[in-house]
Amino acid sequence: MHPQPNSVGIVTPQTAHFDTPIALKSGATLDSYDLVYETYGTLNADKSNAILVCHALSGHHHVAGFHSEQEKRPGWWDNMIGPGKPVDTESFFVIGLNNLGGCHGSTGPSSPDPKTGKPYGKTFPFVTVEDWVETQVRLADRLGIEAFAVVMGGSLGGMQALSWTILHPQRVRHALVIASAPGLTAQNIAFNDVARQAILTDPDFHGGDFYAHGVVPRRGLRLARMLGHITYLSDDVMGEKFGRILKNDVFQFGYGVEFEVESYLRYQGDKFADSFDANTYLLMTKALDYFDPTHHHRVGLSAAMSPAQADFLVISFTSDWRFAPGRSREIVKALLDNDRRVSYAEITAAHGHDAFLMPDPHYHALVSAYMKNAAKGLGI
Amino acid sequence: MIARADFAAIARWVEPNAKVLDLGCGDGTLLKYLKEARNAHGYGIEIADTNILACVEKNVNVIQMDLEAGLSGFEPQSFDFVILSQTLQAMRNIELVVKEILRVGRQGIVTIPNFGYWRRRIQIIGGRMPVSKDLPYQWYDTPNIHLCTFVDFEAFCRDQGVRILERHVMCDGDDVSLLPNLLGNLAVYRFEKA
Repeated sequence: MHPQPNSVGIVTPQTAHFDTPIALKSGATLDSYDLVYETYGTLNADKSNAILVCHALSGHHHVAGFHSEQEKRPGWWDNMIGPGKPVDTESFFVIGLNNLGGCHGSTGPSSPDPKTGKPYGKTFPFVTVEDWVETQVRLADRLGIEAFAVVMGGSLGGMQALSWTILHPQRVRHALVIASAPGLTAQNIAFNDVARQAILTDPDFHGGDFYAHGVVPRRGLRLARMLGHITYLSDDVMGEKFGRILKNDVFQFGYGVEFEVESYLRYQGDKFADSFDANTYLLMTKALDYFDPTHHHRVGLSAAMSPAQADFLVISFTSDWRFAPGRSREIVKALLDNDRRVSYAEITAAHGHDAFLMPDPHYHALVSAYMKNAAKGLGI
Repeated sequence: MIARADFAAIARWVEPNAKVLDLGCGDGTLLKYLKEARNAHGYGIEIADTNILACVEKNVNVIQMDLEAGLSGFEPQSFDFVILSQTLQAMRNIELVVKEILRVGRQGIVTIPNFGYWRRRIQIIGGRMPVSKDLPYQWYDTPNIHLCTFVDFEAFCRDQGVRILERHVMCDGDDVSLLPNLLGNLAVYRFEKA
Protein backbone atom coordinates (compact mmCIF):
# COMPACT_ATOMS: atom_id res chain seq x y z
CA MET A 1 0.00 0.00 0.00
CA HIS A 2 1.16 3.53 -0.66
CA PRO A 3 2.49 5.08 2.50
CA GLN A 4 0.75 8.48 2.23
CA PRO A 5 -1.90 8.62 4.95
CA ASN A 6 -3.68 11.47 3.14
CA SER A 7 -3.99 9.76 -0.23
CA VAL A 8 -7.31 8.54 -1.59
CA GLY A 9 -5.38 5.30 -2.12
CA ILE A 10 -6.05 2.83 -4.91
CA VAL A 11 -8.79 3.94 -7.27
CA THR A 12 -10.47 2.27 -10.20
CA PRO A 13 -11.79 4.19 -13.18
CA GLN A 14 -15.38 3.58 -14.23
CA THR A 15 -17.06 3.89 -17.58
CA ALA A 16 -20.46 5.43 -18.21
CA HIS A 17 -22.00 4.57 -21.54
CA PHE A 18 -24.49 7.00 -23.08
CA ASP A 19 -26.91 6.03 -25.83
CA THR A 20 -28.76 9.30 -26.10
CA PRO A 21 -27.33 11.12 -29.12
CA ILE A 22 -25.55 14.34 -28.36
CA ALA A 23 -25.77 17.26 -30.77
CA LEU A 24 -22.47 19.06 -30.69
CA LYS A 25 -21.90 22.75 -31.23
CA SER A 26 -20.14 22.04 -34.51
CA GLY A 27 -23.41 20.66 -35.92
CA ALA A 28 -22.26 17.05 -35.77
CA THR A 29 -24.02 14.44 -33.67
CA LEU A 30 -22.57 11.51 -31.77
CA ASP A 31 -25.12 8.72 -31.38
CA SER A 32 -23.41 7.12 -28.43
CA TYR A 33 -20.27 7.60 -26.39
CA ASP A 34 -18.44 6.57 -23.25
CA LEU A 35 -17.12 8.76 -20.47
CA VAL A 36 -14.45 7.42 -18.18
CA TYR A 37 -14.42 8.85 -14.67
CA GLU A 38 -13.07 8.34 -11.18
CA THR A 39 -14.60 9.26 -7.87
CA TYR A 40 -13.09 9.86 -4.45
CA GLY A 41 -14.90 10.20 -1.16
CA THR A 42 -18.54 9.35 -0.52
CA LEU A 43 -21.62 10.93 -2.03
CA ASN A 44 -23.85 11.95 0.86
CA ALA A 45 -27.53 11.06 1.20
CA ASP A 46 -28.90 14.27 -0.32
CA LYS A 47 -26.12 14.30 -2.94
CA SER A 48 -25.11 17.81 -2.05
CA ASN A 49 -21.38 17.25 -1.55
CA ALA A 50 -20.24 16.52 -5.10
CA ILE A 51 -17.31 18.31 -6.67
CA LEU A 52 -16.57 18.14 -10.37
CA VAL A 53 -12.92 18.56 -11.29
CA CYS A 54 -12.55 19.52 -14.95
CA HIS A 55 -9.30 18.72 -16.65
CA ALA A 56 -6.98 20.89 -18.70
CA LEU A 57 -5.54 20.36 -22.18
CA SER A 58 -3.78 17.05 -21.73
CA GLY A 59 -5.52 15.96 -18.56
CA HIS A 60 -7.90 13.12 -17.83
CA HIS A 61 -9.96 11.41 -15.17
CA HIS A 62 -7.10 10.26 -12.96
CA VAL A 63 -7.00 13.24 -10.61
CA ALA A 64 -5.93 11.65 -7.32
CA GLY A 65 -4.66 8.43 -5.85
CA PHE A 66 -3.10 5.47 -7.61
CA HIS A 67 -4.38 2.84 -10.02
CA SER A 68 -2.18 0.16 -8.54
CA GLU A 69 0.45 -0.36 -5.93
CA GLN A 70 3.01 -0.32 -8.71
CA GLU A 71 1.97 3.08 -10.05
CA LYS A 72 4.73 5.55 -9.19
CA ARG A 73 2.97 8.82 -9.82
CA PRO A 74 -0.44 9.63 -8.39
CA GLY A 75 -3.25 11.40 -10.27
CA TRP A 76 -2.43 14.83 -11.66
CA TRP A 77 -3.93 16.89 -8.84
CA ASP A 78 -3.18 14.53 -5.97
CA ASN A 79 -1.59 17.35 -3.93
CA MET A 80 -4.99 19.11 -3.94
CA ILE A 81 -7.42 16.23 -3.48
CA GLY A 82 -7.57 13.67 -0.70
CA PRO A 83 -8.41 13.21 2.95
CA GLY A 84 -7.40 16.37 4.82
CA LYS A 85 -6.21 18.06 1.63
CA PRO A 86 -7.57 21.39 0.34
CA VAL A 87 -10.31 19.50 -1.52
CA ASP A 88 -11.08 17.22 1.38
CA THR A 89 -12.50 13.86 0.42
CA GLU A 90 -13.56 13.35 4.03
CA SER A 91 -16.39 15.81 3.38
CA PHE A 92 -16.67 15.96 -0.41
CA PHE A 93 -17.37 13.46 -3.15
CA VAL A 94 -14.98 14.31 -5.98
CA ILE A 95 -15.43 13.36 -9.61
CA GLY A 96 -12.72 13.51 -12.25
CA LEU A 97 -13.49 12.57 -15.82
CA ASN A 98 -11.86 12.29 -19.19
CA ASN A 99 -13.62 14.64 -21.56
CA LEU A 100 -15.29 13.59 -24.77
CA GLY A 101 -12.65 13.52 -27.50
CA GLY A 102 -10.00 12.46 -25.00
CA CYS A 103 -7.61 9.57 -25.30
CA HIS A 104 -7.76 8.01 -21.87
CA GLY A 105 -10.86 5.90 -22.19
CA SER A 106 -13.61 8.35 -23.05
CA THR A 107 -14.81 8.20 -26.63
CA GLY A 108 -12.39 10.08 -28.85
CA PRO A 109 -10.70 9.95 -32.24
CA SER A 110 -8.74 6.82 -31.36
CA SER A 111 -11.90 4.95 -30.28
CA PRO A 112 -13.60 2.63 -32.74
CA ASP A 113 -16.52 4.16 -34.62
CA PRO A 114 -19.40 1.72 -34.05
CA LYS A 115 -20.45 2.17 -37.67
CA THR A 116 -17.15 0.99 -39.13
CA GLY A 117 -15.38 -0.74 -36.29
CA LYS A 118 -12.31 1.37 -37.12
CA PRO A 119 -10.96 4.34 -35.16
CA TYR A 120 -12.83 7.58 -35.84
CA GLY A 121 -9.65 9.35 -36.83
CA LYS A 122 -10.42 12.44 -38.89
CA THR A 123 -14.17 11.76 -38.77
CA PHE A 124 -14.37 12.46 -35.05
CA PRO A 125 -16.28 15.74 -34.64
CA PHE A 126 -14.90 18.91 -33.13
CA VAL A 127 -15.79 19.35 -29.47
CA THR A 128 -16.17 22.55 -27.46
CA VAL A 129 -16.15 23.49 -23.81
CA GLU A 130 -19.93 23.80 -23.96
CA ASP A 131 -20.20 20.27 -25.40
CA TRP A 132 -18.13 18.96 -22.52
CA VAL A 133 -20.38 20.70 -20.03
CA GLU A 134 -23.36 18.99 -21.67
CA THR A 135 -21.73 15.56 -21.33
CA GLN A 136 -20.81 16.35 -17.73
CA VAL A 137 -24.44 17.30 -17.05
CA ARG A 138 -25.47 13.91 -18.33
CA LEU A 139 -22.93 12.20 -16.12
CA ALA A 140 -24.25 14.20 -13.14
CA ASP A 141 -27.80 13.13 -14.02
CA ARG A 142 -26.65 9.53 -14.18
CA LEU A 143 -25.17 9.84 -10.70
CA GLY A 144 -28.27 11.60 -9.38
CA ILE A 145 -26.40 14.84 -8.68
CA GLU A 146 -28.76 17.74 -9.15
CA ALA A 147 -26.27 20.45 -8.26
CA PHE A 148 -22.55 20.39 -7.69
CA ALA A 149 -21.23 21.86 -4.48
CA VAL A 150 -18.22 22.96 -6.50
CA VAL A 151 -17.18 22.83 -10.13
CA MET A 152 -13.47 23.55 -10.39
CA GLY A 153 -10.60 23.45 -12.78
CA GLY A 154 -7.38 25.07 -13.90
CA SER A 155 -6.68 26.50 -17.33
CA LEU A 156 -9.04 24.81 -19.82
CA GLY A 157 -10.63 23.22 -16.75
CA GLY A 158 -11.39 26.69 -15.40
CA MET A 159 -13.11 27.51 -18.67
CA GLN A 160 -15.39 24.52 -18.15
CA ALA A 161 -16.20 25.67 -14.61
CA LEU A 162 -17.01 29.14 -15.97
CA SER A 163 -19.17 27.65 -18.69
CA TRP A 164 -21.07 25.54 -16.16
CA THR A 165 -22.04 28.64 -14.20
CA ILE A 166 -23.40 30.31 -17.34
CA LEU A 167 -25.15 27.33 -18.92
CA HIS A 168 -26.44 25.65 -15.75
CA PRO A 169 -26.51 28.33 -13.07
CA GLN A 170 -28.86 26.34 -10.86
CA ARG A 171 -26.57 23.35 -10.81
CA VAL A 172 -23.39 24.96 -9.47
CA ARG A 173 -23.08 26.35 -5.95
CA HIS A 174 -19.41 27.33 -6.12
CA ALA A 175 -16.98 27.69 -8.97
CA LEU A 176 -13.20 27.67 -8.67
CA VAL A 177 -11.66 29.18 -11.76
CA ILE A 178 -7.90 28.79 -11.53
CA ALA A 179 -5.19 30.06 -13.92
CA SER A 180 -7.83 30.50 -16.56
CA ALA A 181 -9.23 33.07 -18.96
CA PRO A 182 -12.55 34.09 -20.50
CA GLY A 183 -11.06 33.31 -23.90
CA LEU A 184 -7.63 32.94 -25.42
CA THR A 185 -5.57 35.87 -26.63
CA ALA A 186 -4.32 36.00 -30.22
CA GLN A 187 -0.87 35.03 -28.92
CA ASN A 188 -2.32 31.94 -27.26
CA ILE A 189 -4.21 30.92 -30.39
CA ALA A 190 -0.99 31.45 -32.32
CA PHE A 191 0.93 29.09 -30.03
CA ASN A 192 -1.83 26.52 -30.39
CA ASP A 193 -1.70 26.78 -34.14
CA VAL A 194 2.05 26.24 -34.26
CA ALA A 195 1.51 23.14 -32.13
CA ARG A 196 -1.23 21.95 -34.47
CA GLN A 197 0.83 22.63 -37.56
CA ALA A 198 3.61 20.48 -36.13
CA ILE A 199 1.15 17.60 -35.94
CA LEU A 200 -0.79 18.28 -39.13
CA THR A 201 2.36 18.44 -41.25
CA ASP A 202 3.96 15.32 -39.78
CA PRO A 203 4.13 12.80 -42.67
CA ASP A 204 2.93 10.12 -40.26
CA PHE A 205 -0.30 12.03 -39.54
CA HIS A 206 -2.09 10.77 -42.66
CA GLY A 207 -4.85 13.33 -42.40
CA GLY A 208 -5.76 12.03 -38.96
CA ASP A 209 -6.10 8.40 -40.03
CA PHE A 210 -2.65 7.31 -38.89
CA TYR A 211 -4.18 4.45 -36.87
CA ALA A 212 -4.86 2.54 -40.10
CA HIS A 213 -1.23 2.94 -41.09
CA GLY A 214 0.09 1.59 -37.81
CA VAL A 215 2.09 4.74 -37.14
CA VAL A 216 1.95 7.72 -34.77
CA PRO A 217 2.88 11.28 -35.77
CA ARG A 218 5.45 11.32 -33.00
CA ARG A 219 7.57 14.13 -34.38
CA GLY A 220 4.61 16.47 -34.54
CA LEU A 221 3.32 15.57 -31.10
CA ARG A 222 6.76 15.94 -29.65
CA LEU A 223 7.24 19.41 -31.13
CA ALA A 224 3.76 20.45 -30.05
CA ARG A 225 4.48 19.40 -26.49
CA MET A 226 7.92 20.99 -26.41
CA LEU A 227 6.45 24.29 -27.53
CA GLY A 228 3.57 23.98 -25.06
CA HIS A 229 5.91 23.12 -22.24
CA ILE A 230 8.01 26.25 -22.79
CA THR A 231 4.93 28.42 -22.58
CA TYR A 232 3.65 26.77 -19.39
CA LEU A 233 6.85 27.59 -17.51
CA SER A 234 8.32 30.97 -16.71
CA ASP A 235 11.68 32.22 -17.89
CA ASP A 236 12.77 32.44 -14.24
CA VAL A 237 11.93 28.87 -13.39
CA MET A 238 13.61 27.54 -16.54
CA GLY A 239 16.65 29.64 -15.74
CA GLU A 240 16.74 28.37 -12.20
CA LYS A 241 16.25 24.76 -13.22
CA PHE A 242 18.55 24.59 -16.24
CA GLY A 243 20.38 27.87 -16.72
CA ARG A 244 22.97 27.40 -19.44
CA ILE A 245 24.13 24.08 -18.06
CA LEU A 246 25.68 21.83 -20.68
CA LYS A 247 25.44 18.05 -20.62
CA ASN A 248 29.14 17.95 -21.48
CA ASP A 249 31.49 20.73 -20.62
CA VAL A 250 32.35 21.76 -24.16
CA PHE A 251 30.32 22.84 -27.15
CA GLN A 252 29.72 19.99 -29.60
CA PHE A 253 28.99 22.21 -32.60
CA GLY A 254 26.16 19.93 -33.58
CA TYR A 255 22.36 19.70 -33.27
CA GLY A 256 22.26 16.97 -30.69
CA VAL A 257 21.38 17.53 -27.07
CA GLU A 258 23.91 19.98 -25.62
CA PHE A 259 22.06 22.07 -23.09
CA GLU A 260 20.20 20.56 -20.15
CA VAL A 261 17.06 22.42 -21.15
CA GLU A 262 17.14 20.72 -24.56
CA SER A 263 17.46 17.36 -22.90
CA TYR A 264 14.56 18.11 -20.60
CA LEU A 265 12.24 19.33 -23.36
CA ARG A 266 13.01 16.41 -25.62
CA TYR A 267 12.36 14.00 -22.79
CA GLN A 268 9.02 15.67 -22.05
CA GLY A 269 8.17 15.66 -25.74
CA ASP A 270 9.01 11.98 -26.15
CA LYS A 271 7.08 10.98 -23.07
CA PHE A 272 4.05 12.84 -24.33
CA ALA A 273 4.29 11.42 -27.84
CA ASP A 274 4.22 7.93 -26.34
CA SER A 275 1.10 8.53 -24.29
CA PHE A 276 -1.13 11.07 -26.01
CA ASP A 277 -3.25 10.93 -29.12
CA ALA A 278 -2.45 13.45 -31.86
CA ASN A 279 -6.08 13.96 -32.87
CA THR A 280 -7.08 14.55 -29.27
CA TYR A 281 -4.36 17.18 -28.95
CA LEU A 282 -5.71 18.92 -32.04
CA LEU A 283 -9.28 18.80 -30.75
CA MET A 284 -8.40 20.06 -27.27
CA THR A 285 -6.39 23.01 -28.55
CA LYS A 286 -9.26 23.95 -30.86
CA ALA A 287 -11.68 23.75 -27.92
CA LEU A 288 -9.38 26.20 -26.13
CA ASP A 289 -9.33 28.53 -29.14
CA TYR A 290 -13.09 28.44 -29.60
CA PHE A 291 -13.99 29.13 -25.99
CA ASP A 292 -15.53 32.58 -25.70
CA PRO A 293 -18.77 33.03 -23.75
CA THR A 294 -19.36 36.37 -25.48
CA HIS A 295 -19.08 35.09 -29.03
CA HIS A 296 -22.63 34.03 -29.79
CA HIS A 297 -24.29 36.76 -27.85
CA ARG A 298 -22.19 39.56 -29.34
CA VAL A 299 -22.17 41.16 -25.92
CA GLY A 300 -19.52 41.96 -23.36
CA LEU A 301 -18.32 39.44 -20.81
CA SER A 302 -20.38 41.00 -18.02
CA ALA A 303 -23.60 40.46 -19.95
CA ALA A 304 -22.51 36.99 -21.06
CA MET A 305 -21.89 35.99 -17.46
CA SER A 306 -25.07 37.51 -16.10
CA PRO A 307 -26.86 34.15 -15.78
CA ALA A 308 -24.20 32.87 -13.34
CA GLN A 309 -25.45 32.38 -9.78
CA ALA A 310 -22.55 30.54 -8.18
CA ASP A 311 -20.12 31.93 -5.64
CA PHE A 312 -16.66 32.22 -7.14
CA LEU A 313 -13.06 31.88 -6.15
CA VAL A 314 -10.81 33.10 -8.96
CA ILE A 315 -7.09 32.47 -8.68
CA SER A 316 -4.22 33.51 -10.91
CA PHE A 317 -0.44 33.23 -10.67
CA THR A 318 1.92 36.17 -11.10
CA SER A 319 4.40 34.42 -13.41
CA ASP A 320 1.73 32.82 -15.63
CA TRP A 321 2.19 34.65 -18.91
CA ARG A 322 0.04 32.32 -20.97
CA PHE A 323 -3.03 32.79 -18.77
CA ALA A 324 -1.89 36.03 -17.21
CA PRO A 325 -3.50 37.53 -14.07
CA GLY A 326 -5.08 40.22 -16.24
CA ARG A 327 -7.23 37.55 -17.89
CA SER A 328 -8.52 36.38 -14.51
CA ARG A 329 -9.24 39.98 -13.58
CA GLU A 330 -11.53 40.19 -16.63
CA ILE A 331 -13.54 37.34 -15.16
CA VAL A 332 -13.56 39.05 -11.76
CA LYS A 333 -14.71 42.32 -13.31
CA ALA A 334 -17.61 40.57 -15.06
CA LEU A 335 -18.62 38.99 -11.74
CA LEU A 336 -18.38 42.32 -9.90
CA ASP A 337 -20.56 43.91 -12.55
CA ASN A 338 -23.15 41.23 -11.82
CA ASP A 339 -22.91 41.62 -8.04
CA ARG A 340 -21.82 38.03 -7.63
CA ARG A 341 -20.02 36.77 -4.58
CA VAL A 342 -16.41 36.52 -5.68
CA SER A 343 -12.96 36.45 -4.17
CA TYR A 344 -9.85 36.87 -6.23
CA ALA A 345 -6.31 35.95 -5.27
CA GLU A 346 -3.18 36.59 -7.27
CA ILE A 347 -0.63 34.06 -6.05
CA THR A 348 3.00 35.06 -6.15
CA ALA A 349 4.54 32.05 -7.82
CA ALA A 350 7.59 31.35 -9.95
CA HIS A 351 6.30 28.39 -11.93
CA GLY A 352 4.33 30.12 -14.66
CA HIS A 353 1.11 28.50 -15.85
CA ASP A 354 2.08 25.17 -14.29
CA ALA A 355 1.94 26.81 -10.84
CA PHE A 356 -1.70 25.77 -10.52
CA LEU A 357 -0.56 22.17 -10.21
CA MET A 358 2.12 22.91 -7.61
CA PRO A 359 1.64 22.54 -3.86
CA ASP A 360 2.18 26.21 -2.98
CA PRO A 361 1.24 26.57 0.74
CA HIS A 362 -0.60 29.89 0.39
CA TYR A 363 -2.52 28.74 -2.68
CA HIS A 364 -3.54 25.52 -0.97
CA ALA A 365 -4.47 27.32 2.24
CA LEU A 366 -6.80 29.57 0.25
CA VAL A 367 -8.52 26.70 -1.53
CA SER A 368 -8.75 24.85 1.76
CA ALA A 369 -10.34 27.82 3.56
CA TYR A 370 -12.76 28.43 0.71
CA MET A 371 -13.79 24.77 0.63
CA LYS A 372 -14.33 24.64 4.39
CA ASN A 373 -16.70 27.61 4.19
CA ALA A 374 -18.41 26.12 1.16
CA ALA A 375 -18.97 22.91 3.08
CA LYS A 376 -20.27 24.82 6.09
CA GLY A 377 -22.63 26.88 3.93
CA LEU A 378 -24.02 23.75 2.33
CA GLY A 379 -24.40 21.98 5.65
CA ILE A 380 -21.91 19.30 4.70
CA MET B 1 -16.66 42.54 20.11
CA ILE B 2 -15.07 44.69 17.46
CA ALA B 3 -11.42 45.38 17.36
CA ARG B 4 -11.37 49.01 16.41
CA ALA B 5 -13.19 52.02 17.76
CA ASP B 6 -13.95 53.42 14.32
CA PHE B 7 -15.83 50.31 13.19
CA ALA B 8 -18.90 51.06 15.30
CA ALA B 9 -18.95 54.64 14.04
CA ILE B 10 -18.73 53.42 10.45
CA ALA B 11 -21.46 50.86 11.01
CA ARG B 12 -23.82 53.54 12.33
CA TRP B 13 -23.59 55.34 9.00
CA VAL B 14 -23.88 52.34 6.75
CA GLU B 15 -27.53 51.87 5.88
CA PRO B 16 -29.04 48.40 6.21
CA ASN B 17 -28.50 46.18 3.13
CA ALA B 18 -26.02 48.66 1.70
CA LYS B 19 -23.44 47.65 -0.87
CA VAL B 20 -19.98 48.53 0.39
CA LEU B 21 -16.43 48.48 -0.86
CA ASP B 22 -13.75 48.36 1.83
CA LEU B 23 -10.43 49.60 0.52
CA GLY B 24 -7.46 48.06 2.28
CA CYS B 25 -9.85 45.77 4.11
CA GLY B 26 -7.16 43.96 6.10
CA ASP B 27 -8.34 40.68 7.53
CA GLY B 28 -11.99 41.40 6.69
CA THR B 29 -13.12 42.16 10.25
CA LEU B 30 -14.98 45.33 9.31
CA LEU B 31 -16.81 43.73 6.38
CA LYS B 32 -17.81 40.78 8.51
CA TYR B 33 -19.04 43.17 11.20
CA LEU B 34 -20.98 45.24 8.68
CA LYS B 35 -22.62 42.09 7.34
CA GLU B 36 -23.66 41.01 10.81
CA ALA B 37 -24.66 44.46 12.09
CA ARG B 38 -26.18 46.01 8.94
CA ASN B 39 -26.66 43.11 6.56
CA ALA B 40 -24.29 44.99 4.27
CA HIS B 41 -22.70 43.15 1.36
CA GLY B 42 -19.79 43.92 -0.89
CA TYR B 43 -16.11 43.40 -1.32
CA GLY B 44 -12.82 44.13 0.28
CA ILE B 45 -9.71 45.13 -1.57
CA GLU B 46 -6.40 43.99 -0.18
CA ILE B 47 -2.87 43.46 -1.35
CA ALA B 48 -1.31 41.30 1.41
CA ASP B 49 -1.50 37.53 1.01
CA THR B 50 -2.05 36.87 4.71
CA ASN B 51 -5.04 39.22 4.73
CA ILE B 52 -6.50 37.65 1.59
CA LEU B 53 -6.40 34.29 3.33
CA ALA B 54 -7.92 35.75 6.51
CA CYS B 55 -10.80 37.22 4.48
CA VAL B 56 -11.48 33.95 2.67
CA GLU B 57 -11.43 32.19 6.03
CA LYS B 58 -14.04 34.68 7.27
CA ASN B 59 -16.14 34.10 4.15
CA VAL B 60 -15.66 37.74 3.19
CA ASN B 61 -15.40 38.58 -0.52
CA VAL B 62 -11.96 39.94 -1.19
CA ILE B 63 -10.21 41.06 -4.34
CA GLN B 64 -6.43 41.05 -4.35
CA MET B 65 -5.17 44.19 -6.02
CA ASP B 66 -3.08 47.27 -5.49
CA LEU B 67 -5.20 50.23 -4.50
CA GLU B 68 -2.54 52.63 -5.68
CA ALA B 69 -3.36 51.63 -9.25
CA GLY B 70 -6.91 52.96 -8.88
CA LEU B 71 -10.19 51.08 -8.99
CA SER B 72 -10.37 50.34 -12.69
CA GLY B 73 -12.31 47.09 -12.20
CA PHE B 74 -15.23 48.94 -10.66
CA GLU B 75 -18.02 50.76 -12.44
CA PRO B 76 -18.99 54.35 -11.56
CA GLN B 77 -21.47 54.69 -8.69
CA SER B 78 -21.65 50.93 -8.17
CA PHE B 79 -21.42 51.10 -4.36
CA ASP B 80 -23.43 52.85 -1.69
CA PHE B 81 -20.37 53.34 0.48
CA VAL B 82 -16.67 53.14 -0.20
CA ILE B 83 -14.75 52.80 3.04
CA LEU B 84 -11.12 53.55 3.73
CA SER B 85 -10.40 52.76 7.34
CA GLN B 86 -6.99 53.91 8.61
CA THR B 87 -5.35 53.38 5.24
CA LEU B 88 -5.39 56.83 3.67
CA GLN B 89 -2.28 57.98 5.50
CA ALA B 90 -0.31 55.06 4.05
CA MET B 91 -1.22 55.78 0.45
CA ARG B 92 0.98 57.48 -2.10
CA ASN B 93 -1.58 59.19 -4.29
CA ILE B 94 -4.28 60.48 -1.97
CA GLU B 95 -5.91 62.73 -4.54
CA LEU B 96 -6.41 59.77 -6.86
CA VAL B 97 -7.82 57.57 -4.11
CA VAL B 98 -10.34 60.14 -2.94
CA LYS B 99 -11.36 60.78 -6.54
CA GLU B 100 -11.80 57.04 -7.10
CA ILE B 101 -13.81 56.66 -3.90
CA LEU B 102 -16.28 59.24 -5.16
CA ARG B 103 -16.31 57.79 -8.66
CA VAL B 104 -17.33 54.26 -7.63
CA GLY B 105 -19.29 55.13 -4.49
CA ARG B 106 -22.26 57.30 -3.65
CA GLN B 107 -20.52 58.26 -0.41
CA GLY B 108 -17.10 57.78 1.09
CA ILE B 109 -16.28 56.93 4.69
CA VAL B 110 -12.71 57.54 5.75
CA THR B 111 -10.98 57.08 9.09
CA ILE B 112 -7.82 59.08 9.70
CA PRO B 113 -5.49 59.45 12.65
CA ASN B 114 -4.96 63.04 13.81
CA PHE B 115 -1.41 64.33 13.77
CA GLY B 116 -2.65 67.44 15.60
CA TYR B 117 -3.54 65.42 18.72
CA TRP B 118 -2.06 67.12 21.76
CA ARG B 119 0.19 64.27 22.83
CA ARG B 120 1.79 64.23 19.39
CA ARG B 121 2.24 68.00 19.52
CA ILE B 122 4.05 67.60 22.84
CA GLN B 123 6.31 64.91 21.41
CA ILE B 124 7.19 67.21 18.50
CA ILE B 125 7.87 70.10 20.89
CA GLY B 126 10.06 67.66 22.83
CA GLY B 127 12.06 67.26 19.65
CA ARG B 128 10.99 63.74 18.65
CA MET B 129 8.69 62.29 16.01
CA PRO B 130 5.51 61.08 17.69
CA VAL B 131 5.27 57.40 18.58
CA SER B 132 2.19 56.10 20.39
CA LYS B 133 -0.06 53.11 20.79
CA ASP B 134 -2.28 54.17 17.90
CA LEU B 135 0.62 55.24 15.65
CA PRO B 136 3.30 52.86 16.89
CA TYR B 137 5.89 53.28 14.15
CA GLN B 138 9.30 54.88 14.25
CA TRP B 139 9.98 57.53 11.63
CA TYR B 140 12.13 55.12 9.61
CA ASP B 141 9.79 52.14 9.49
CA THR B 142 6.39 53.76 9.25
CA PRO B 143 4.02 52.87 6.44
CA ASN B 144 2.31 56.20 7.14
CA ILE B 145 3.70 58.61 4.61
CA HIS B 146 0.89 61.16 4.51
CA LEU B 147 -0.01 62.09 8.04
CA CYS B 148 -2.23 65.14 8.54
CA THR B 149 -4.36 66.89 11.10
CA PHE B 150 -8.15 67.11 10.96
CA VAL B 151 -7.80 70.74 9.87
CA ASP B 152 -5.49 69.66 7.03
CA PHE B 153 -7.86 66.95 5.88
CA GLU B 154 -10.87 69.23 5.90
CA ALA B 155 -8.97 71.84 3.90
CA PHE B 156 -7.97 69.13 1.44
CA CYS B 157 -11.63 68.13 1.05
CA ARG B 158 -12.63 71.73 0.32
CA ASP B 159 -9.93 72.00 -2.33
CA GLN B 160 -10.90 68.68 -3.95
CA GLY B 161 -14.61 69.39 -4.21
CA VAL B 162 -15.48 66.95 -1.44
CA ARG B 163 -18.41 67.78 0.83
CA ILE B 164 -18.04 66.43 4.36
CA LEU B 165 -21.44 65.26 5.59
CA GLU B 166 -20.51 64.09 9.07
CA ARG B 167 -17.51 63.82 11.30
CA HIS B 168 -17.09 61.66 14.36
CA VAL B 169 -14.04 62.41 16.51
CA MET B 170 -12.68 59.99 19.07
CA CYS B 171 -9.82 59.64 21.49
CA ASP B 172 -8.83 56.09 22.35
CA GLY B 173 -12.36 55.02 21.49
CA ASP B 174 -14.20 57.70 23.50
CA ASP B 175 -16.18 60.40 21.75
CA VAL B 176 -14.64 63.86 21.68
CA SER B 177 -16.68 67.01 21.12
CA LEU B 178 -14.48 69.73 22.66
CA LEU B 179 -11.44 71.00 20.71
CA PRO B 180 -11.41 68.00 18.39
CA ASN B 181 -8.20 68.84 16.56
CA LEU B 182 -6.38 68.99 19.87
CA LEU B 183 -8.12 66.31 21.90
CA GLY B 184 -9.08 63.74 19.27
CA ASN B 185 -6.66 61.16 17.91
CA LEU B 186 -8.98 59.56 15.37
CA ALA B 187 -11.86 60.77 13.23
CA VAL B 188 -14.31 59.12 10.88
CA TYR B 189 -15.59 61.26 8.04
CA ARG B 190 -18.56 60.64 5.78
CA PHE B 191 -18.48 62.62 2.57
CA GLU B 192 -19.80 62.91 -0.95
CA LYS B 193 -19.01 64.82 -4.10
CA ALA B 194 -19.69 68.55 -3.59
